[in-house]
Amino acid sequence: MVNLTVDGIKISVPEGSTILQAAKEVGVSIPTLCYHPDQAVKANCRVCVCEVEGNRLLQAACAMPVFEGMTVKTRTPKVLEARRTILELILANHPQDCLNCIRNGNCELQSLAEEFAIRDNPFENKVRGLPKDFSTPALFRDPDKCVLCRRCIEACSVIQSVNALGLEGRGVHSMVVPTLGKDLLESPCIMCGQCIHACPVGAIGENEQIDEFLAALADPNKIVVTQIAPAVRVAIAEEIGMTTGDMPMNVFVQGLRQIGFDYVLHTNFTADLTIMEEGNELLKRLKEGGTLPMFTSCSPGWINFCETFYPDLTNNLSTCKSPQQMFGSLVKTYWADKMGIDPANIYSVSIMPCVAKKFEAARPEMCSSGYRDVDLVLTTREIGRLFRMSGLDFNKLPGADFDPWMGKYTGAAVIFGASGGVMEAALRTVYEVVTGNTLEDVNFTVTRGITGIKEAEVDLNGTVVKVAIANGLANARKLMDQVRAGESPYHFIEIMACPGGCIGGGGQPITKANVKRVERIDAIYVEDEACEMRKSHINPEVTAIYEDFLHEPLGHKSHELLHTHYHNANKKFL
Amino acid sequence: MAEEMRIVLRNYGKIDPLKIEDYLAQGGYKALEKARSMGQAALIDDVKKSNLRGRGGAGFNCGMKWSFAASATADQKYVICNADEGEPGTYKDRLIMENDPQSLLEGMAICAYAIGANQGYIYCRGEYPQVIEILNQAIDQAKAQGLLGDFDIEVRSGAGAYVCGEETALIESIEGSRGEPRFKPPFPPVQGLWAKPTIVNNVETFANIPVIVDKGGAWYADIGNPAYPGTKVFTLTGDVNNRTFFEVPTDTTIRALVFKFGGGIRGGKKFKAVQIGGTSGAFIPESLLDTQVAFDAMSAIGATLGSGATFVLDETRDLVDVSTRIAKFFEHESCGKCAPCREGTARMHELMKKLNEGKGSSKDVALLEKLGRVMSYSCLCGLGQAAPAPVLTTIKHFPADYNAKLM
Repeated sequence: MVNLTVDGIKISVPEGSTILQAAKEVGVSIPTLCYHPDQAVKANCRVCVCEVEGNRLLQAACAMPVFEGMTVKTRTPKVLEARRTILELILANHPQDCLNCIRNGNCELQSLAEEFAIRDNPFENKVRGLPKDFSTPALFRDPDKCVLCRRCIEACSVIQSVNALGLEGRGVHSMVVPTLGKDLLESPCIMCGQCIHACPVGAIGENEQIDEFLAALADPNKIVVTQIAPAVRVAIAEEIGMTTGDMPMNVFVQGLRQIGFDYVLHTNFTADLTIMEEGNELLKRLKEGGTLPMFTSCSPGWINFCETFYPDLTNNLSTCKSPQQMFGSLVKTYWADKMGIDPANIYSVSIMPCVAKKFEAARPEMCSSGYRDVDLVLTTREIGRLFRMSGLDFNKLPGADFDPWMGKYTGAAVIFGASGGVMEAALRTVYEVVTGNTLEDVNFTVTRGITGIKEAEVDLNGTVVKVAIANGLANARKLMDQVRAGESPYHFIEIMACPGGCIGGGGQPITKANVKRVERIDAIYVEDEACEMRKSHINPEVTAIYEDFLHEPLGHKSHELLHTHYHNANKKFL
Repeated sequence: MAEEMRIVLRNYGKIDPLKIEDYLAQGGYKALEKARSMGQAALIDDVKKSNLRGRGGAGFNCGMKWSFAASATADQKYVICNADEGEPGTYKDRLIMENDPQSLLEGMAICAYAIGANQGYIYCRGEYPQVIEILNQAIDQAKAQGLLGDFDIEVRSGAGAYVCGEETALIESIEGSRGEPRFKPPFPPVQGLWAKPTIVNNVETFANIPVIVDKGGAWYADIGNPAYPGTKVFTLTGDVNNRTFFEVPTDTTIRALVFKFGGGIRGGKKFKAVQIGGTSGAFIPESLLDTQVAFDAMSAIGATLGSGATFVLDETRDLVDVSTRIAKFFEHESCGKCAPCREGTARMHELMKKLNEGKGSSKDVALLEKLGRVMSYSCLCGLGQAAPAPVLTTIKHFPADYNAKLM
């Protein structure tokens, strides 16, 4: 332990602690901007500078390790003048359009400007006027707002191993740019949107489509139908000031009806259906010597990653569409037929924790219903804005049920929202289908949690199936390199592009720290436990769709509506 | 009055730099032999005793620095010579490398022995291609003679960035990354090149080493100013009669630099100011000319010794104009990593330009003072910390130049 004094308060902290960490222990909160709790120390914004006795220079609290006998002062006139001047400098080079910024009210720079009472900035406001990048349907970049903290670069390169973002230029001309200064669409960007979470300001955001949605609502000819992805419920609470996981599903459904959705259905239904199709696909590959290991295909960021960096391994991808796209093709065929609605009038909106879903829905092959299967994708954040726009008080809203035929789901579908969930859901079904035994305990806890790579073995009547799960693409890359080298011991691999799985998706409420991802994961398993049915194959609406429409997993209709194919250089067609 | 004393330039003009035999004939590589016979601990002690302080500008005790790297346990250690010499008006390192390259190599080899390194790099200014050629030939000759033992030296060329003279930016550049400083600690002697213990010393520092080892630390500690002993090479530019270089003991005064060695002001004009240490040096007025050219003496008057570049200005010079040009230089050379330097150097130039064009007010001068003050202790590296010095010192010592241009 190291003894030091922070603002006159004596404290002992473990060796190797930084001033920032030590100060927190005594309740002294030091302002930061480039600091990110789950990333390497950058020390480039200098907002956290403090006085260390005996040193003429101020020290960055995020980077400076404590030493025995150190005396730190965090709020002297010298420190305050430095912090305020640095903020003035950053703000003078930043657009002053907070009111119409996508991060209005949720911006680290805006908060600092408020906390430090920045009023009349003595430096003239000069914005570079760089072009915005709206090249992808998933996310945009607004380089004028960039404060050069470099957190997005680390998210893209270290966490995701995509390296689509880098630095160009020097001094006041330095910029974060997609590879070689091209636009995002021409870069290797896989549209996971982890850079959005990393960004402290509004320099990167989702391609917001609230206007399109409101236009569809206003069109009397359109029947607006929605599906909610598994990871959305636990996080939507955060958007409206509730605790993570605290939004009851039936109140959420009521809220969506209040916004104006004509029908509310659930992606969880097609998550259960995915298990039926994907589980059978795995069994078929195992039995018939198909390409192994098989990779899950629910995560569109992961699909983009595989198509971009491992085009030689796309045969390993399950041909199952993601639950969003299965839903899309069924809502305009099976469901339209059941409800007696002309599919031409259906406007299908999905609510997703993801920005890559916006790209996935726009893929030209995603039209197997004869129409564009999913017309619009809104993220959790966009739904949060619509809820706030509607002035709903969720503490007082009565509950409401899902509409029939595609609204029932099991706990197996719920856990799709967390890393390892698809694997666990598949194991629950595959085990029972193959062995004919009923699972005593449906919990495969080994697949759970935020660990980068997880592995497990399951004995299916004497056949040992080896599975692995990766979340975050740097971890996926490790498993993929193994497969490419022919050294993969696994039969089935689940990959989710985002750390923690969909609960940490690029469309979720801005998620700075991984601790928030863990909270959401916990809430997912609470919901699973509370479900009466926890195995996909016992979902009665799943049984019904096979009886009435699909007839059998991997059958003709399934092939037509629920399965897909992959592209190399996938972004060329846009 | 002070006389010139040549230690690092001891062989200047006496030897053919491309003939190692000439260097050997002057007693070259005897010091390396002696160092190896002393043992590492005694060697470092003697360097400490010499009180040699880094000649690159930071003035850190050389023996102390070496002892940190020596005591670090690692499978690999490195010795780097900082030969980036990017300070405008400075060419002292080029003089040494062009005229006595073996002296530098011997100094590096002694350091390598002291800390237990077997790989060295010379990071040479990109604008010095002829020097790189000389260094490579010198290395080949020293290797051919087997003088370096298991110590290998490679020359790496900079690409023109001023900031790469900062030791951690230099290390990043050698590693193949953008030339940008790292935050410290960890310091290079603990975690430097490829995260291994690394000594980065300036050319002039290394060139002192063979002589210190040869004649002993105590001998060296007796020369010049006791707090910053030895000699220093100065390169004189601007409005002086002798635009030349010379090596003097560190108890020499600035006045002697300008009026004795520099031969006074050109064209019979009067002295106005002298900037010492390079572009980021303070502008020193007549009243402070009796200061000794030693590290702490210079600090005491709010100036630095830096690289030893000495830029003299006569009475006709407009210091607002000069400082505006310097501010433009720093805007251009800021790497952009830390906010106060990236934004601050640009704003400093903007404000100076406004004043220089006669469009500024006393409010702008006050803002410059605040900005400069904040930059001087908030920026990540020495570049941003030192960049405001010319502006701050001209405001302080030459207010008339500013007042003449106020709106």
